[in-house]
Amino acid sequence: MIYRLEISPRIGMDDPAGHTVQKKAKSILSYDLNKVETAEILTIDANFARKSAEEVLKEIVNPVLQQGVIGAFEERTFDWFISVGFLAGVTDNVSRTAREAIRDIIGRPLTEEEKVYSSREYFISSPNLKKTDIEHIAKDLLANELIQSVAIMSFEEWKHNGSPINVPEFVATEEPKVDFINIDVSDDELMDISNSKTLALQLDEMQAIRDYAINNNDPEREALGLKGKLTDAELECLAQSWSEHCSHKIFAADIEYTDAEGNVETINSLYKSYIKKSTFEIGEQVDWLVSVFHDNAGVITFNEKYDLAFKLETHNSPSALDPYGGAMTGIVGVNRDIMGTGTGAEMLVNVWGYCLGSPFVDSSEVPEGLLHPRRIRDGVHQGVIEGGNQSGIPYGLGWEYFDARYIGKPLVYCGTVGILPHKQHGKSASLKTIEPGDLIVMVGGRIGKDGIHGATFSSEELHKDSPVAAVQIGDPITQKKAADFLYEARDADLYRFVTDNGAGGLSSSIGEMATECNGCYVDLAKAPLKYAGLQPWEIFVSEAQERMSFAVPAEKVDAFLTLAGERDVEATVLGTFNDSGKCHLVYNELTVAFLDLDFMHGGNPKLQLKAKWDAPVFEEIPEEFESEISDDIHELLASLNLCSSEYKARQYDHEVKALSVVKPYVGVEADVDSDASVFMAEPMTQEGFVLSNGLAPSYSDIDTYHMTASIIDMCLRKIVAVGGSIEKVAGLDNFCWPDPVESAKTPDGQYKLAQLVRSNQALYDYCKAFMLPCISGKDSMKNDSTRGGKKISIPPTLLFSAIAPMKDISKSVTLSSKRAGDYVYVIGETFAELGGSQYASLKGYVGNKVPKVNADEAKKIYKQVHQATDAELVHSLHAPAFGGLAAAFARKSIAGRLGMEIDINSIPSDDLSETELLFSESNSRLVATVAPDKASEFEAALAGVSFAKVGVVTLDDELVIRQGKHIVAALNLENLVKSYKKTLDGV
Amino acid sequence: MSRVKALIITGLGLNCEKETAVAFEAAGASASKIHLNDLLKSPENLNEYHVLAFIGGFSFGDHLGSGTVLANRIKHGLRQELESFIDSGKLIIGICNGFQTMTRLGIVPALKGLFNQEVALQHNDCGTFRDNWVTLKVEEDSQCVFTKGIHVLPVPIRHGEGKLVAMDDETLNQLEEGGHVCLRYADPVTIEPTQEFPMNPNGSQNSIAGICDKSGRVFGLMPHPEAYISPFNHPHWTQQKINGTLPEEGLGMQIFRNAVQFAEAELL
Repeated sequence: MIYRLEISPRIGMDDPAGHTVQKKAKSILSYDLNKVETAEILTIDANFARKSAEEVLKEIVNPVLQQGVIGAFEERTFDWFISVGFLAGVTDNVSRTAREAIRDIIGRPLTEEEKVYSSREYFISSPNLKKTDIEHIAKDLLANELIQSVAIMSFEEWKHNGSPINVPEFVATEEPKVDFINIDVSDDELMDISNSKTLALQLDEMQAIRDYAINNNDPEREALGLKGKLTDAELECLAQSWSEHCSHKIFAADIEYTDAEGNVETINSLYKSYIKKSTFEIGEQVDWLVSVFHDNAGVITFNEKYDLAFKLETHNSPSALDPYGGAMTGIVGVNRDIMGTGTGAEMLVNVWGYCLGSPFVDSSEVPEGLLHPRRIRDGVHQGVIEGGNQSGIPYGLGWEYFDARYIGKPLVYCGTVGILPHKQHGKSASLKTIEPGDLIVMVGGRIGKDGIHGATFSSEELHKDSPVAAVQIGDPITQKKAADFLYEARDADLYRFVTDNGAGGLSSSIGEMATECNGCYVDLAKAPLKYAGLQPWEIFVSEAQERMSFAVPAEKVDAFLTLAGERDVEATVLGTFNDSGKCHLVYNELTVAFLDLDFMHGGNPKLQLKAKWDAPVFEEIPEEFESEISDDIHELLASLNLCSSEYKARQYDHEVKALSVVKPYVGVEADVDSDASVFMAEPMTQEGFVLSNGLAPSYSDIDTYHMTASIIDMCLRKIVAVGGSIEKVAGLDNFCWPDPVESAKTPDGQYKLAQLVRSNQALYDYCKAFMLPCISGKDSMKNDSTRGGKKISIPPTLLFSAIAPMKDISKSVTLSSKRAGDYVYVIGETFAELGGSQYASLKGYVGNKVPKVNADEAKKIYKQVHQATDAELVHSLHAPAFGGLAAAFARKSIAGRLGMEIDINSIPSDDLSETELLFSESNSRLVATVAPDKASEFEAALAGVSFAKVGVVTLDDELVIRQGKHIVAALNLENLVKSYKKTLDGV
Repeated sequence: MSRVKALIITGLGLNCEKETAVAFEAAGASASKIHLNDLLKSPENLNEYHVLAFIGGFSFGDHLGSGTVLANRIKHGLRQELESFIDSGKLIIGICNGFQTMTRLGIVPALKGLFNQEVALQHNDCGTFRDNWVTLKVEEDSQCVFTKGIHVLPVPIRHGEGKLVAMDDETLNQLEEGGHVCLRYADPVTIEPTQEFPMNPNGSQNSIAGICDKSGRVFGLMPHPEAYISPFNHPHWTQQKINGTLPEEGLGMQIFRNAVQFAEAELL
C-alpha cells in the first residue's frame, strides 16, 4: 500500500519554511510573493494497514505546531503549486530517519522492498506570476535539478489532478556483469576511451595500461581468463588510483624550470623537493612530529596523554555543481579523515573558508551553465553549517574571500582538528598495521551510484557534460553514529586499522590498505547497496558517503559486528587482506579485477612539464588620490574582503564541547572576527591550542613567492596576536591552482606552473626559517571553467593553516581595546608595500611592491611579544593584515567600542606616504594596547625590535588619526560599526 | 566518590555528553554516559540513577522535527520506567535537543499529566540556526530546583528550533501562574525580559528560555549551561580578567551544583 502523509503547519500557526522562501524570493530573485505555504510529504510504500499509517502520522506530527493527514489537505487556495523531491537513487536523509521512526512505532523494521520517500510542497499565492516565473523560483531557489525533481501546477491543475505521488523508484536495468575493454587500439581510440568514460587519463597513461594488459604473462591472470584483456573495473580502478586528485601528478612531475634570469633547473617533484624536504629537515631537530604526510591527517604531540591531528581538504568541483551537497560532503569528508587517522582520532574543532565571486554580481556577468555566486555561497554555507552542527563539532575559524575569478570555480576549504590518545593498548595510537588474514569490513552508509567518478572528474575542468552522479549528499547523522561506534570499538581494541572512504571509494581505501600487507581479496557481491542495479565496477569506485574501511582480526570480528549492530550501524565483511601482491576483486564467483598492487600504485608514468617565470609588471599605484582618507577607510571596512560576515558565521555552532576560549568573534558585542582562535583540548582544563591561517590570493598576481612568504607570516603573527607562541607550530598547505600544464586550452601553462614552483620555493624557505613543519596538505589543480564560451581561471590560491599547542590558555589575548587611557603600540616596521593590497584593489590597481617577509626580524618580534603576553603585560593585541594599520586601528576600536588617538608620524617606518603608512599590508607587525603602568615593562620586553608608541585609547566615540597636528581622519565609532557590518548583514 | 548518580543518555546524533558529564562530575556526582539503545535493552537500570540528563545535539538529524524521533523511541521503550522515575521525585534536565525531546514526550511542563504535549519549540523567528551568548533572568518564585539561588545567568544558545510556543493561551497562562517559567531571555543591562533579537534569539513567547514541571524537578531549557563550566568559556573573559571580575568557575556550573545538592539532600 502507498500512503501519502502530508504534514503542514497547524491553522493559525506560522509557516517558517514558507517565510524563508518568501524572504529569499525577494532578496535573491526580486519576487514579491503574497504568501507561501509549505507541506512536508512522506510517501510510504509498505505492507501495513491504514491503522499503522495513522499511528505513524500521529507520532510524527507535532500537535502544537502541525497538522497531518493521510492523502492531501484539499481546502487550500493558492495560485501555484511546486513539489520538490529527490531523483531516483539520490540520498534521502529524511526518509532514512523516517524508516527508523516507523520501526519504533510498528515494532518491526521495514523490509528492503518497503520504501519511504520524502518531498516538500509549496503553495504560492501570487496571482501576477506566470508559469515561467514559478519555474525560475523552482529551479533557482527551491531545487537543484541535478539531484531533485520538480513538479509545477497551477491551482486549477492541482484541483483537477490532486497532489502528485512521489515515488522516485530506482529501476535496476542490468544484471551485474564484467565487461572487457578493447584496449589494444590506436592512440586516438585510447583517448576516446578516456574521455567518454570521464577517466581523465592522459595518453601515456592509457598506453601504460594498454601495455600492462596486452603484454602481461602472469599465469594467474591467464588462469582467470584475463590474458590479453582488461576489465571495466580494472580500468576504472586504475583511473581512480592515478587521478590527479588521488596521486598528485603535478606535484610529482619532473619540471624544467626557467627563472627570470634564464637559469634552468630540473625539479624532480615539487612535493619531495620543497614541502616534504623542509618537514623532514625540521623533523631532525624537533621531537614533536608524530605522523606526517602518510596518514589521513598529520599528527603532533600535545601532552603526556594526547596527540593532536589536523587536516584540511577542498571540495571545489562538487560544490560548483551542487553547493549544498558538495560542501556538506566536504565537511563530513574531512571529519572522516580525522576518524581515520591513526586508530581513530576524535574530532574537536572544524574550520572552513570559501573563495567566491561577489554575491552581488549581476547575473549577466555569470557565464551560462554556472551558478550565481550568491546561490553558491548560500548553498555552501548551508551544507557546512548542517554538516558541522549535526556532527556536534564547533567551528573555530571561518573566513570568506571574494574575487571575480572565483565565479568560474568556488573554493571550499573544510578542516578538522582531532585528538587521539598518545598511547593505547600498549602502542602509539597513531600507528596501525594490517596482518594477512585480517578481514576487510566496511562500516557506515550504503553504496549507490552517488559520487561515481568524483576523483577523476575533479581532476578536470568543469564542462557542460560534467557527470551529475559525481555529486554526493552527506548524511551527518549516519556518520555521527559510525563515529561514536568507532571510538567504542577503538577503546575495546576490536580492530587493527581504519581509514575513510573518500574520493575513489573502496577502490581508494581498500586499494591503499592492501599495500600495508601487500594484497587483498574482495567480494563486491557482499557490499550493502542502496538499491539493486549497480555494476561491480560501480560498487568499487562509488563515493557514497559516511563509510569507513577497517581491518579486523578474524578472532575479533564477531565482537566488532555485534557492537555495530547495537549502535544501529551497518558493518559488513567484504573480504580478507593477504600478501599475494594483488588486488583481487570478485562478484560472487566472477573475477572482476586482478591487478598488481605495484602497478596500481606506481605504474603511471611521471609527467614531464615545463615552467618559465616572467615577473609581471603592473601600473604603479599613484601616491595620492582625490578621495578623503576617512572615506577610503569606510569603503575598505565595507568591502567584501574586510567586512563582517557574522550573519552567516553565527549559523555555525561555536560552543559545543565547551572548549572555546578565544572565539571566532570577539569584542564587547562579539562582532569583530578574531585574528585566531584558542581552544582547550578537554573541557574545564587550562591546556589548549591556537588555530590560525593565512591567505592572500591578490599577492599572487605579482609574485607567488612573496604571497607564500606573506601568508606563512600572517599565520604566525595571528598566533602571537592571541597569546600563542611560535615555538611549536605545525602547518597545513592547501594549494588550489588553475591548470598549470601547458596545452592548447592553457597556453600560459608555463607561467602558471612557474607560479607554483615559486610558491613551493617560498614554502620551503620560510617553513625552514620559522621551523614550521607542514604535517599534511592537499592540492586541487584544475580550477578553471570554460562554460558559456569563456575561460575563467582562479588566481593561484594557497591556504596556509596552523595549529600551535598552548600551555596556559588563561594567557590568551584578544584584539579589542579594553580600557581608555591604555597606550597604543605598533610593533614591526611598515614599508612601501601597497602592491596587491586591498587598498590598491579598491582604487583599481594591482601595483608591484608586494609585501615581503624578513624571517629573522619576524622571529625576534614574535618571541619578544610572546614574552610580553606571557607576562600579562598586554591588554589587547591585533595582527594587521588586509587594509593595513588603518583597518587594524578601526577594528580594535569597533571591537572595544572605545575611541583611539593615533599619530601616524610615530609609526616605525622610513619616509612613507600617508596612504602607505595607513594601508600597506607589510608583514610581521602587531598593534598592542598596554596599561600605562605596564608600559615601561612592556617596552623593556621589546628591546631590540622596531616598535613605537603611536597613540592612546580614549573614551570618545571617535577614532582620530593625525599626522603631527594635521588630522588625517576623524571617524565616528558608530559609523565605523555600520560600515563594517552593513555589507553582508542578512546576506 | 559521590553517591549521587547522573545518567547521560547518548548516541543517535546527540553530542554534548562529554561536557555534560564533566559538569556533573565537577558538581560532585558520578556521571554515566549510556547509549539509549543499551538503556532500552535493560530499561530497569534507569532506577539506579538520581538525575537523568537529556543532552543537546541533533538526534536523528532533526529530521521530521527536532526531538520527534528520539521521543518516539523513548516513549515506545522506556515509558513506564520514565514515569516511575518522575513519580519517585528524581531529577530530569533537558538541554536544547533534550528539552525539545522532553516537550515532544510531554514530560514538561506536564500540566495535565505525563506524556501529553503542551508546548513546542518552533523554528526561530530569525529563520536560521543561531549561535550567540544570551543573558537569562531567573524567575526566583519558580519552584525549579535547578535554578535556585541564581539571579542572572549568561550562557550560549545554539539552535534552529528554540521558539517556545504554547498549545493555546490557557496553557501559557497556566505556565506563568503555576511557577513553571524559570528562565527568560533578558536585556543584559536592565535584566528585563525581552522580545528583541538577538537578546531573545528566537522570539519565544513571554521570552521563555526554560520551564519546569509542577514539582520543579523536571526541567528543560534551550540555552546550554554545560557550555559555561570554565570561566574561560565566557566571551568577555579577557575583559573580566582585566576588571578583576573573572569568576572561579563557569556560571553554568550552578545549575549542576543545584541538582547534585538537591539529590544529596532529598534522594539519598
